[in-house]
This record gives sequence, structure tokens and C-alpha cells, in this order.
Amino acid sequence: MTQSFPVTITVNEKIYRREVEPRLLLSDFLRHELGLTGTHVGCEHGVCGACTILFDGESMRSCLIFAIQADGHNITTVEGLAKDKDNLHPVQQSFWEAHGLQCGFCTPGILMTLIPFLKQNPNPTEDEIRHALSGNLCRCTGYQHIVDAVKLASEKMKAVK
Amino acid sequence: MKPAPFEYHVPDSLEQALGLMRQYAGDAKILAGGQSLVPAMNFRVAQPGVLIDLNRVSELSFIRGKGETIHVGAMTRERHLEFDSSIEKHIPLLTEAAQFIAHPQIRNRGTLGGSIANADPAAELPVLALALDARLKAQNASGERWIDAHDFFAGMFTTRLAADEILVEIELPFMPPRTGWSFMEVAPRAGDYALMGVAALVTLDENGKCKNAKLVYLNAGDGPVDAKESARLLEGEALKDAVIESAAAMASEKEINPFGNIHTSIDFQRHLANVLTKKALKQAAQRAEESLQ
Ligand SMILES: Cc1cc2nc3c(=O)[nH]c(=O)nc-3n(C[C@H](O)[C@H](O)[C@H](O)COP(=O)(O)OP(=O)(O)OC[C@H]3O[C@@H](n4cnc5c(N)ncnc54)[C@H](O)[C@@H]3O)c2cc1C
Ligand code: FES
Ligand code: FES
Repeated sequence: MTQSFPVTITVNEKIYRREVEPRLLLSDFLRHELGLTGTHVGCEHGVCGACTILFDGESMRSCLIFAIQADGHNITTVEGLAKDKDNLHPVQQSFWEAHGLQCGFCTPGILMTLIPFLKQNPNPTEDEIRHALSGNLCRCTGYQHIVDAVKLASEKMKAVK
Repeated sequence: MKPAPFEYHVPDSLEQALGLMRQYAGDAKILAGGQSLVPAMNFRVAQPGVLIDLNRVSELSFIRGKGETIHVGAMTRERHLEFDSSIEKHIPLLTEAAQFIAHPQIRNRGTLGGSIANADPAAELPVLALALDARLKAQNASGERWIDAHDFFAGMFTTRLAADEILVEIELPFMPPRTGWSFMEVAPRAGDYALMGVAALVTLDENGKCKNAKLVYLNAGDGPVDAKESARLLEGEALKDAVIESAAAMASEKEINPFGNIHTSIDFQRHLANVLTKKALKQAAQRAEESLQ
């Protein structure tokens, strides 16, 4: 056991103070230290995208960042998207309505990829959607319904504005 | 798997970082974006004793114009290269190629300095450093030196940086006038490391003949491969199909030295190099001609 160091990390607008070993991955910190198991872990080498979170608002792999590097930073995980189960984020609602998931393993990472993507590009073409999804593997859906869900989400989010 | 334990340092100035590099030279590794190093540590392929994290050294993150060049700090994220308007205006080859590096989530974290220091033969940015005649600034606690990109790469994942040196800055000259560019690669899936890729640059003279050409390949040897002889075939020529085909044939059969991998045979890599070179040279030539009008 090596030495632990204190960190202060804001996750979904809540401030957490913990002691971490430098080698603890941010993905494991979220899951094991904070119990936020919505962030999934598939490969631990950056390929599958299941662990994608927002780091200061930008999508990144939480399996390729040490928790200690998040000291003082702002993290958003899938648990931060909806107020409660009756008030889903429009992207979540669209995944529900368009059947954008089957087993759901890939879903949190895909949602966290899409939040900044739809902010930067509120009217994506199908090509742009598929490109945006290229860093997230899904073994169930064949992606078609995910693409449909993204289209639906972009319409819903425009209607809200 | 999980990384082995290591000692962690997080300097907030370059001076501190250089001091730590002197103290731990040999045992320490720089942690930049971590998008190559952390996967290697998770697999325990890499087990550095000491990590020096540059993510809080904000003075290494910048994109600045300086005369006819753009200077980029080593810790500048790949995503910022992709969206910088001065780079798009003066070095459009870099803007075009940056979109092929991994996925947006990786580019948000990965850095220019990290990719060049990593010297992965399949990476885009080392190829760009050669194609654009970049100069690289290395610094240690006792001083700094500029290294020509053509002298920087020393084989698979190996560079000429000394154990206590940090790559701090990259100088990229503007692309000259009447220059056309193209970047093309083939990957199994958008964002994956490519099976083969090429950066092509052609500069025309006043009469529309090729004055200067560059062809640099990824995944074609033990580092970025500058196919100088093939590019030389184009010089002084009007860029017609016949000469483009000769250059593509020479580069793909003679100048590159691909190894093949689980996704591709060597023959297929040579075939891709041939096809990509022809397409890239045609696009580059067309763009150069458009700039004459
Ligand atoms: C799923 C996935 C797909 C990818 N696909 C591609 C791809 O298609 N093309 C591509 O080019 N890359 C790809 N990458 C790699 C990515 O671009 C990396 O970010 C990049 O190669 C390394 O940059 P980094 O800042 O993350 O460096 P790090 O991982 O932090 O460091 C890499 C190495 O360089 C050393 N180093 C870093 N910075 C310095 C410095 N300033 N001075 C001295 N030494 C330094 C480190 O000690 C380490 O040895 C991919 C990565 C992943 C996870
Ligand atoms: S677990 Fe992080 S990308 Fe797969
Ligand atoms: S829904 Fe099962 S992996 Fe995507």
C-alpha cells in the first residue's frame, strides 16, 4: 500500500473529500469510493468508451485519468443527468423512446459523449452522429436505434429552447 | 488490470518539473494526456517508478503566432489543434489530419507533445512533424535546445530526448504559398490506429510545375517514414497521372517498410500506400492549383 493523498473533487455538483492512492483510476474512484456505479468499465485502455464522463464539461475516458488528477476539478457522470426517474434528461428520454439500448452497458458512456456533442452541434447529420459515436462500442443494438435516439434528442432539445 | 504503484509529483511550473526531472532522471516518466501511457500502465506494460504530471503546468499550453510560424506548447490538447483558426488558415494539413487522431474523448485529453514524444509509428502527429518540417524544443534543468523533427525520431517509440529532458514546445512553419495538401488513411473503424496513412504536400512554382513535394507515411516502418526519393520524382514536373503513379509505385514498393499486424498483411499495406498516395497527390495538386487562381 503506497501513501494516500487528500483530494477534493466535485461530482455532479456535490463536493467530495477523500484520500486516494495516486494509482487509483478515476473510474474506480467513482464506482468504488463514491458508489456511483453508473460509470461502467469495459476495457481499461480507452477503446470501449463505457467509462466516458465529463471532466470540466468535456467528454473523457475516466479509465485513463488518475483520481488524484481530478483534484479541484468538476466531474459529471450519468447520475448527474436526471433530477429523478420521472424527469429524465432529453437525451435519456430519447434513448428510452427510440429503444437506443438493450443491455445498457454502453449507454452511460454514450450519453456522456452525446451531451457535449449535441451542445456543440445541435443539428447533426447522420454522418456526424455516427462519427461522434465511433469512440463508443455497443455489442447489442447494431447502432441503428442509437442513431435514431440521437436524432430524436436533437429535435427534443430544439423544441425546449 | 490496475497500474502498479508509483510516486506521484504534480509541479505547477516548468521550472519545478525540470528540477524533478533532474532529481529522478531515468526513473521518472512525464504524464501528459496519459492517453498512451495510462493504458500501458493499466496493462503493466509500463511500470514507471515516478510520474511527473504536467497537467498543472499551464505555461506549456498555448498556440501562438510568431512571424511565419506557429508555436505550440507541448501540453496543448489535440482537440485544440483541431479547432484553432490560425492553424486552419496557415497549416490546414494539420487541421485536416487532427480529425483522424483517435476519438474526440481521447483528443480532449491527449497532447501534441505527448504524441510526438511517444513516437508511435502509427500516430498521425509525428508524421505531421516531418511533413511540416517542425522544430522541437527540448529543455532540461541546465538549458534548452531545438531539434529538427527529421533528427528527432530514433525508432519504435524512441526519440533523441535525453532522460532528463522535457519536450516543451513545437514550432510549425506556415505552409508556403501555392501549396496543396492532403491527409488520407485507412483504419478499421473511425478513430482506430490506421493500417496505412499518408500526408502529402505539393508546392507549385509560378508556371504550375511542382517545385517541392513531401510524402510522409504512418504505420510504414519503425517511425514516421519520409519518402524523399519518391517525392523527388515529382519535382520539376507538371503533376499529371503518369508521374503521380510512378511516385506512388516507388514509395509503396521501395521506400516504405511496413511490418503488417493482426489486421493487415504487409502486401495489403503496400497496396493501400499505393492507392492512398495517388489519391492524396491528386487532391494536393488540385488544391495547389486552386490557390494559383
Ligand atoms: C483508444 C485510443 C485510440 C487512439 N488512437 C490514436 C490514433 O489513431 N492516432 C494517434 O496518433 N494516437 C492515438 N491514440 C493516442 C493518443 O493520441 C495519445 O494521446 C497520444 O499518442 C499521446 O499523448 P498523451 O498526451 O496522451 O501522452 P502520454 O500518454 O501522457 O505520454 C506518452 C509518452 O510520452 C512521454 N511524454 C509525454 N509528454 C512528454 C513531454 N512533453 N516531454 C517528454 N516526454 C513526454 C510520456 O512519458 C510517455 O512515455 C489513441 C489512444 C487511445 C486510448
Ligand atoms: S473502460 Fe475506459 S474506455 Fe473502456
Ligand atoms: S446496449 Fe448492450 S452494449 Fe450497447
